[in-house]
Amino acid sequence: MRTNNLPVIGALALLLVAATASANEHHATWERQADNEVANLPSLQRGARNFMAYCSGCHSLKYIRYSRVAADLKIADGARDSLLVRPGDKATDYIKASMPAADAQDWFGKQPPDLSLVTRSRGTDWVFNFLTTFYADPASRQTGVNNLQLPGTAMPHVLASLQGVQTLRAADHKEEAHPAADSETDKGEHEAKAPSPFEPGVVGSLTPAQYDEFVRDTVNFLDYVGDPTQLERKSLGVWVVLFLLMFSGIAWMLKKEYWKDVR
Amino acid sequence: MGAVTETKGGGFRAWLNKRMPVDQFMADQLTGYYAPKNFNIWYFFGSLALLVFVMQIVTGIFITMHYKVGEATAFNSVEYLMREVPYGWLLRTLHSTGASMFFVVVYLHMARALLYGSYKAPRELLWVIGMLIYFALMAEAFMGYVLPWGNMSFWGAQVIINIFNTIPVVGPDLVEWIRGDYAVADATLNRFFSLHVIALPFLIALLILLHLVALRQVGSNNPDGIEIKENLGPDGKPVDGIPFHPYYTLKDVVGVGLFLTLFAIVVFFAPTFGGLFLEKPNFEPANPMSTPEHIAPTWYFTPYYAILRAIPDQRLGALMFALSVLAFVFLPWLDRAKNKSIRYRGLASKVLLGMFFVVFLVLMWLGLQPAEPAYVLLARICIPLYFAFFILLPFVSKADGNGPVPTRVTYDAH
Repeated sequence: MRTNNLPVIGALALLLVAATASANEHHATWERQADNEVANLPSLQRGARNFMAYCSGCHSLKYIRYSRVAADLKIADGARDSLLVRPGDKATDYIKASMPAADAQDWFGKQPPDLSLVTRSRGTDWVFNFLTTFYADPASRQTGVNNLQLPGTAMPHVLASLQGVQTLRAADHKEEAHPAADSETDKGEHEAKAPSPFEPGVVGSLTPAQYDEFVRDTVNFLDYVGDPTQLERKSLGVWVVLFLLMFSGIAWMLKKEYWKDVR
Repeated sequence: MGAVTETKGGGFRAWLNKRMPVDQFMADQLTGYYAPKNFNIWYFFGSLALLVFVMQIVTGIFITMHYKVGEATAFNSVEYLMREVPYGWLLRTLHSTGASMFFVVVYLHMARALLYGSYKAPRELLWVIGMLIYFALMAEAFMGYVLPWGNMSFWGAQVIINIFNTIPVVGPDLVEWIRGDYAVADATLNRFFSLHVIALPFLIALLILLHLVALRQVGSNNPDGIEIKENLGPDGKPVDGIPFHPYYTLKDVVGVGLFLTLFAIVVFFAPTFGGLFLEKPNFEPANPMSTPEHIAPTWYFTPYYAILRAIPDQRLGALMFALSVLAFVFLPWLDRAKNKSIRYRGLASKVLLGMFFVVFLVLMWLGLQPAEPAYVLLARICIPLYFAFFILLPFVSKADGNGPVPTRVTYDAH
């Protein structure tokens, strides 16, 4: 039995390795990590400002209210009403897009999605890569740009005035995908190890590093909006876990005392 | 089980015992119920499963106060609960984590039975009732997963309900009857809500009660797989048994503390558990026009899902899927060894069971992966190995499960 089974298990293990290796090839794009810190309050505040200035024209955050954002991000009432709340809205309103839905349908062919949960459904890295990989593409007649993360996106490059419009290197035009930086090894670094597939085209008002920071703050804010209780949750969790460990310790001592009688 | 002839104390307690056999019940079920003294870590999971069941009921009651069933309202009401109801996020996360942890403890509880032959005579019925609990739990978890009406809820429901389509003759009509509509829609959501919060919890509670009644009749098995009732002391009590209360109640409290610690770590620090407990596509509302990239049920169904998906013929796939779940029921009669515990069985039995555990986990992992050729191929290799366990068990157990066993359980006093 044993001699029959061991090779089988060995073969299984080999196959598993092979399967994992082949599956990884499919995820090859030029991917970087958002590396946002949701505990970083100034970054969240900048992100909220960025969102209201550049995103909220078309995208809603229909599950969160201005007042909640202001309270969680420690934005004073004065600043909240003058900077955050859109004129005509109340502080207790949910954050809606300014653009009427019917117009959106006409202009873009689809309604821009609500972004309340985008970091939960797509992940922060995905949003970061989406916002940093717009490039000029004459083939796109609607917007003149395309996107590496979401090829064929209906969204125009709204942040072009900041980033400029980069172009994809000629060699990279043929394939959408690029050899990936091994995402396991470059954790904690902002830049992927693989060379960027882009070259500068039209220059924007921010340097590439500044632009990355701008996007990182925005993604950070969306990360908070996706799960606004996450900070409260973690700080409460520390106490709950400490209590339960103490409880377990006392229970264990009590059990030991009683079990002395068992021979 | 000693009869309580005289009721202790006076006043209220005596008053109560005259009208309801409280002391008698305690004596029968706890202080007079003798359990083997050599339980190890595997014996925590029964009481933990009961704990999780109670937690699911309690958190479920409060979630139902806020959840609004219906295509147009379900998703929004869950987000409302998560964001605007005080500690609503905690209720929801306890409930979603509880669902996964329920399966963690139930799988470990079942693995324990496989290791120590706890399903063997005289505990066949105990095992079968346990399997019925497992099936009811699968239905409960599946329907609960549909309720938030996220995109994976919708498409998961679509895939699972369509399995019934493969049943000859009645299949298509049956599917329509289950859905209550020509597609998975509002009617489906409403009936799943009803079943999830009323019918199945009642059924599971009843089955748990029967499971415990059967357990009290036959007594617990133990890691040595020998019957403590066959070795009674002069006082008529099993020499290797100790009263369930206070010994195992206190030991189980330690288990509860450690289990809740792990539970809390998930709830507070990793509530989605990397997309395993709450899947990413389920943070998008149900959308019949947009299929998620790969539809995968939650992790506790994936061993069977991997089997379903790897077989090209749909009808055969569904049949193997059903067989792979149902096969467990027949274990008491497939296992023909004299000894119960794996400790007193030969190498072949150990290898066979070890292989089964590995194959089950590999299939579980495969079911979470996209349906790519390499994964499907690996699943096709695992399927014969999975069923080989059930087919070979009668022969292997007959051949090498009959060695000598000790008369007393293995126990070192602390």
